[in-house]
Amino acid sequence: MTCDNEVPVPETRVPVRRRQFLTFLVAAPVLTVAVPGTAEAVIPTLPQPAEILDLGDVLILAGTPTAGALAVLSVGEDGVVTLDLPRAEVGQGITTACAMLVAEELDLPLDKVRVTLADARPELLMNQLTGGSNTMRSVYGPVRQAAAAARARLLAAAAEQHGVAVERLSTRDGAVILPDGRPILYGLLTSAAAQLTGVFAAQPKPASEHRIVGTPQSRIDARAMVTGQFEYTLDQDVPGAMPTVVRRPPTINGSVRSVDSAAARAMPGVLAIGVVPTGVAVVAETFGQAMAARDALKVTWNPGTIDALSDKEIRDKLKAAALPFVVPPLLTQHVDMEFDFAFVSHAPMETNSAIADVREDRAEIWAGLKSPIVAKQTIAAAIGLPESAVTVHVVQGGGSFGRRLFFDAAIEAAQISKALQRPVKLMWDRKDDMRHGRARAASHHKLRATYALGNVLTFEHRVASVETDFRHGLGEILTATAAKLPVAGNLSFAQTVFLTTCKVPYNFGVVTSLLNEVPLRMHTGSWRSVYSANTRGAEEILVDQLAAKMGKDPVAFRREFLKSARQRAVLNKVVEEGQWGKAMPKGFAQGIGFHDEYKSCTACLVEIDARDPKNPRVVRATIAVDVGRPINPRGLEAQMLGGLTDAISTTLRAGLHIDRGLPLEGSFSQFHYARQKDAPLDVKIHVMPATGEPGGAGELGVPAAVGAIANAYARATGVVPRSFPIIFPVDFEPFPR
Amino acid sequence: MPDYTFVVNGKPVTVNAPGELALLWVLRDKLGVRGPKFGCGIGVCRACTSHLNGAEIQPCVTPVAECAGQEVTTIEGLASGDDLHPVQEAWLEQDVAQCGYCQPGQIMAAAALLRTKKEITDADIDKIANVCRCGTYFRIRQAIKSAAARM
Repeated sequence: MTCDNEVPVPETRVPVRRRQFLTFLVAAPVLTVAVPGTAEAVIPTLPQPAEILDLGDVLILAGTPTAGALAVLSVGEDGVVTLDLPRAEVGQGITTACAMLVAEELDLPLDKVRVTLADARPELLMNQLTGGSNTMRSVYGPVRQAAAAARARLLAAAAEQHGVAVERLSTRDGAVILPDGRPILYGLLTSAAAQLTGVFAAQPKPASEHRIVGTPQSRIDARAMVTGQFEYTLDQDVPGAMPTVVRRPPTINGSVRSVDSAAARAMPGVLAIGVVPTGVAVVAETFGQAMAARDALKVTWNPGTIDALSDKEIRDKLKAAALPFVVPPLLTQHVDMEFDFAFVSHAPMETNSAIADVREDRAEIWAGLKSPIVAKQTIAAAIGLPESAVTVHVVQGGGSFGRRLFFDAAIEAAQISKALQRPVKLMWDRKDDMRHGRARAASHHKLRATYALGNVLTFEHRVASVETDFRHGLGEILTATAAKLPVAGNLSFAQTVFLTTCKVPYNFGVVTSLLNEVPLRMHTGSWRSVYSANTRGAEEILVDQLAAKMGKDPVAFRREFLKSARQRAVLNKVVEEGQWGKAMPKGFAQGIGFHDEYKSCTACLVEIDARDPKNPRVVRATIAVDVGRPINPRGLEAQMLGGLTDAISTTLRAGLHIDRGLPLEGSFSQFHYARQKDAPLDVKIHVMPATGEPGGAGELGVPAAVGAIANAYARATGVVPRSFPIIFPVDFEPFPR
Repeated sequence: MPDYTFVVNGKPVTVNAPGELALLWVLRDKLGVRGPKFGCGIGVCRACTSHLNGAEIQPCVTPVAECAGQEVTTIEGLASGDDLHPVQEAWLEQDVAQCGYCQPGQIMAAAALLRTKKEITDADIDKIANVCRCGTYFRIRQAIKSAAARM
């Protein structure tokens, strides 16, 4: 890749101070198309769409025209280099990984790099979306190229100042090194470098020269987090923005019919009350007082959009929607299986929250936002301001798992601020976050595999899912609007996501995977790994059953049918490190799962203690992961650990029950996301050596672990789970609606 | 509304508030002490976990009236200046935090546990019921063991 063409920063957006320099660089991420080789003997499967072009490739392609404007770097006089990153950090560690890229190219200590999150930048079009495990894939080229060009300018400035040829200079520890060994700190060169004219072409270092990239590094924001200094949205001080909550309807999408707020208005600390499209907003001096007043409101409600629906009706709709198989089971041996997966709350620890200050002629918004451009555009339309009058700040979020692709808190805060004519600090309480927030869509899965003479002949998967909402589009208004179109619209978008993410990693002859979605007017959204957790999880369970029918060990079977040597290497790693096949006490068992997506692959081997089938615990996990090129192995391990915990939770206990138009679960005492007592006592994660470009990592860990845990449970108990989460009673008294 | 006087992170404070107002909102909204996080409001996610006279509490379910004359310590008060508490050191060593939102509560829970118990077992750690939605539990476990060794 080459880099050239510097484009000045538009002065309206980022003030270019004389003693600093900023640079935009044009980069050209190369789309690599990898069609894996086929194994011998087994019946090869033609490449599926996701093997040719995955969702990450689509996002990178959509971002290519603006990739050169992506990375905004500045070198301060204090020698600190700041990268203003147009992505959202929500815990996945991208700011640390990006800081590593900058430090690498500029030969800087890591602690001399800051990474800030860019405001919504509509000029980036489709290149400010954080999703699809795509951040490191999409920024690996542009950020390194920006930093390499910055280094070239600093070198040129030093060469000019000291009258030496650039070729005789080098860089080390945040300084240009003169031929006589004297260091000139970057901070002393930045002003001169900013005034240079001309184009400074520079190649990023070859990977063989990396000294930071590929080494384990701790999070750059960790100290602020462990000392309580780190500021999330609700920790921001915005003058006049007072605590605000909303009283919400008894069913999803219900609306206010009438309000009696007399008692609430008389309560201590209450500042303002007003009706907005989503409910009744209460502003008070403290959140505690706002919530007390909210509870004292007397509100009558119009019906919602799914009032007649409970889990049973939804499941019936899904079963009816599963498309038929093509291959009749008549003449061949076959395995048929069906699975159900419940709705799952995203439930990030930081609930939906936003700060909004809407004035007559302008507005300013602060929130954790993974699609800030479309947020800005939609909010501007909702409050009747031109887009240019709305500033949207992206604040680092307290978790997301897909949730913050949607900006519902930001738009609601803007509407409240406009209605009540005051800045507001809006927080959803946990009950609302679980009941009126978004969720992974429930799905039903029908699978059939046929086999003969030791080969798998056909493999069919029919996924019926409640519609997953993709109306954030690719992060800007055009594709978001396309996703909203009544004809095709979101369902077409969903098909594209399904086809570009889910693929069967095995040579199973003729493979067909089809998605059919049931549009229900409720709040869904991509949940870490989107369709893959359920779709690939179900497939991994079927693989174990198929292996058993064909008289093969689950590992030997996978080894035989996996498509590539790279995949087998990952499988072999966990088999060896996790001691597959070792003797286990009664009630304990091992289980294995494999997953390949976004140019990465992983295998997971777990040991489960299911002596009490109603109270199982994953006690040990061994994971191997190949992401092509790990930027920060320590961060990658964290992502795999998180994916494992998500799989433990959603496979065993965590889900939402829908009852007459509303989830019953309203807090962590009811939605059983794993706690320490449910987590393994031993986890080992093996990061495979770098072999190519970075693949996706953020969502990769979930699907293989889902399969491994379900398979371990089946082997330990003798009962193959068909419905997830496996242990899912309503073991609580639901909060009043 | 009555006044309540108590100590927060070593400094005496007086707040005017309804007695039933949860300490969490007094800390966050009246005193600007925002290390303790809201996660549930009913004491089950434990993101706000802090100490009252050295013992673990959940400020989201602790009425401010109960704090009168007492000593409240939040995550901001755990370190001695720039010298981090051993639990915080261990958290950095194990690179525990992902989104970081629950970690002040996790750290305060671990610090309270280690104050009362020197020999820490896996069963002790299992009793910490703080939710970490990023699923960092295994690193938390390692960090607590490391902190115990440091202390």
